[in-house]
Amino acid sequence: MEENVVLTARGITMTFPGVKALENVDFTLRKGEIHALMGENGAGKSTLIKCLTGINDFEAGEIHVDGISGPVKNHSTKDAQEVGISTVYQEVNLCPNLSVAENLFIGREPMTKFHTVDRRSYNKRSQKIMDELGIAVDVTQNLENYSLAIQQMVAIARAVDMDCKVLILDEPTSSLDDEEVEKLFTLMRSLRDKGVGIIFVTHFLEQVYAVCDRITVLRDGQLVGEYPIADLPRVKLVAAMMGKNLDDLAEIQKESIEDVSRNPLEISAKGLSHTGTIKPFDLDIHKGEVVGIAGLLGSGRSELARAIYGADRASSGTLSVGGKEVKIKEPIDAMNLGMGMLPDDRKAEGIIGDLSVRENIILALQAKRGMFNLLSRAKQEEIAARYIDLVQIKTADQETLVKQLSGGNQQKVILARWLATDPDFLILDEPTRGIDVGTKSEIQKMIVKLAGEGKSILFISSEIAEMLRTCNRMAIMRDGEKVGELDHDLTQENVMKAIAGGEGTK
Amino acid sequence: MKKDSFWKRVTGWSLFLPVVSLLLVMAVNIIHDIAVGANPLSFFMITLRQTTGNGTILYGRIIDILNRGSEVAILAIGMTLVVSSSAGTDISVGSVMSLCASFCCMLLAGYGVSSATTLACPLIVGILAGILLGVICGMFNGTLVAYFGIQPMVATLILYSAARAIGLLLCNDLIVYVRNGTFGIFGGFLGVIPTPVVIAAICILVMTLVLKKTALGMYIQSVGINGRASRIAGLNSKRIIFLTYMLCGLFAGIAGIVASSRITSADSNNIGLYFEMDAILAVALGGNSLGGGKFNLAGSIIGAYTIQAITTTLYALGVSSTQAPVFKAVIVILIVAIQAPPLKAYMKRRNMAKQVKGAA
Repeated sequence: MEENVVLTARGITMTFPGVKALENVDFTLRKGEIHALMGENGAGKSTLIKCLTGINDFEAGEIHVDGISGPVKNHSTKDAQEVGISTVYQEVNLCPNLSVAENLFIGREPMTKFHTVDRRSYNKRSQKIMDELGIAVDVTQNLENYSLAIQQMVAIARAVDMDCKVLILDEPTSSLDDEEVEKLFTLMRSLRDKGVGIIFVTHFLEQVYAVCDRITVLRDGQLVGEYPIADLPRVKLVAAMMGKNLDDLAEIQKESIEDVSRNPLEISAKGLSHTGTIKPFDLDIHKGEVVGIAGLLGSGRSELARAIYGADRASSGTLSVGGKEVKIKEPIDAMNLGMGMLPDDRKAEGIIGDLSVRENIILALQAKRGMFNLLSRAKQEEIAARYIDLVQIKTADQETLVKQLSGGNQQKVILARWLATDPDFLILDEPTRGIDVGTKSEIQKMIVKLAGEGKSILFISSEIAEMLRTCNRMAIMRDGEKVGELDHDLTQENVMKAIAGGEGTK
Repeated sequence: MKKDSFWKRVTGWSLFLPVVSLLLVMAVNIIHDIAVGANPLSFFMITLRQTTGNGTILYGRIIDILNRGSEVAILAIGMTLVVSSSAGTDISVGSVMSLCASFCCMLLAGYGVSSATTLACPLIVGILAGILLGVICGMFNGTLVAYFGIQPMVATLILYSAARAIGLLLCNDLIVYVRNGTFGIFGGFLGVIPTPVVIAAICILVMTLVLKKTALGMYIQSVGINGRASRIAGLNSKRIIFLTYMLCGLFAGIAGIVASSRITSADSNNIGLYFEMDAILAVALGGNSLGGGKFNLAGSIIGAYTIQAITTTLYALGVSSTQAPVFKAVIVILIVAIQAPPLKAYMKRRNMAKQVKGAA
């Protein structure tokens, strides 16, 4: 094994029924580096990681870990942890109702000589670990009292304390705000300096350039190449991931967005609220208009949309659709008024995992038609085929279970579900989270196209840049309250200022 | 892409294992028959036989299984829907059967009468009232589960323990006999065919048609797989869960009438005893996950008849009725084990390994 190398994978091959998920992939991780693993959805990133951590049983190839002679074959994440490979996922797999210290030592609690758990010693040790990593927490507090970012850091701390040589971070920043991301990066850098090899999987290109030393790119289950960060500028990285040259994401031009403020109102909310999550707000959306909602995570962005859609029943205020005052109790009421909502939590509120792509696409349309008005099978297939084609869902066929698709394609299925209902007003809550650059720009184009057809869109995203590209107007959220709107001079800086408070808001 | 081999298509069929289980039970019969020197196909033989009265009826082990398995098959329909939509089971169906039977017989015989030869109210009224009571029980369960969010097992535990007692109350603590030829028809014979078989067939047929012609099946599965997502997509998850419990109550009512008609009486303590367990087992034997979501009605029905086939086989083998549950348990363990995920995964791995070898 090469000097300084902590993990090598050679010729990893893995097939799923009908698909070569990985074909002869090599991967090398050195001590003390942050190594980005990049690729579009379905490129094989997750599969490779699962091979390293023992979740997937790969068919060919070898994995070597520093300090262990002979190839390593993990059969479970526990095996992987024993050879020093730990993983922290986007969803934190810890117990929120236990204390930070308990979470750190769960399954390996220090014992007293009477074989009882030595609480004092592990609280002390935990505090020391957290202090060393520069994470400011009280280890005796329950984990649920801390933000997701801290929870993730606790997960990392746990991994590090278990003597991991290789730390895999799978989309750790997807649900963090900028400040939290920065904290996480600080932690990652300090671990790197201690000699841990970190594999970082993310969809955020700027984050790759902020912390990584090296990039490995996969495409369609094959290795494209490994590059030092300096040799692979953004455009080239995108090109490598997509296998083609993408001029720039900004090819959707703002100029194409016309002035729609004279169009009739589609949605008009007055004093709408949902107790405990969102304070009363007013919001008007015109036909053919794309309104963005900007704000930090947890600022009430999703909650605002949910109150309009009836996902959380509004506790005060009035809502007019197309000029008429309406009462919405359940999402189906909103749907019957021509609304649709793509929720931000794809897994929990979007896909019906065990149903087929076809069933997932026609579900909302069928719900609208009612139980006794079943779409014929032929009609279902026709609709599914049309939308699979329209939004370019990559699936073996219509009967594939939706849970077998990659995240981006699942998102497209849900988008297709709503397009099939031909909505007048579509709420898109983080439609591009966790999906690759190519799909992102497709979705953005779709938004502009739908608006062009006279549909109204409420677009929520953590990426201000993509909202700037598509929105006519932006509502600014802060602490569960709509604090203002921006309808001219939409620039990153202005939006940021408005979110932060102070100038820029009306 | 090359076409899958015949074998692979057969093993990939969702009903493959339930059917194999049923065939295995039948095979045991054949082996037994050969061993004792009887006609190897006597299991499948159906003959016409004179009854003590003047009727002619179909007779044979298959007929017996279809006949005796009717109640569980009817219950299994409702149970399948409940399991799918709510990832829970309705353990009250056996007791509800008994309650419906008691109510029906009480109406037919008149309150406080323990044995009636003339009907106190028209037969159809008694039958429909009994079934309606089943629906009401189902609605009660459905309200608790869907709208109050109570765990299905706990919610249905209420009627599980109360329904039988209410039945006794209705019957004034008596076993009510309805000694009127017309009431016995539902558990007797319609021409040469046992009526319970006909009733079960109608229930299965109607439910199959409903599932095929409406979106109910898709709604139930969708809610069972992901209730929150279903709601966002416009389904009323609560109402759908409620509906499945109501249907389950309906089928419990029908099964109760059949069971009661068989013995032309309402024996509150014994009608439907432990039937809830058989109904749940039928759903499981049918290859349905008790974790909810996707369901296969045909599988549950096959499961129901498999259970009856096991019982009938054991009696045919001369196992005493007191020992039968032990053997039944052993057979059930085997059947459940061959359908268990680890074994399925093992078979899949083996298949894949073969493919890889074949490709190399």
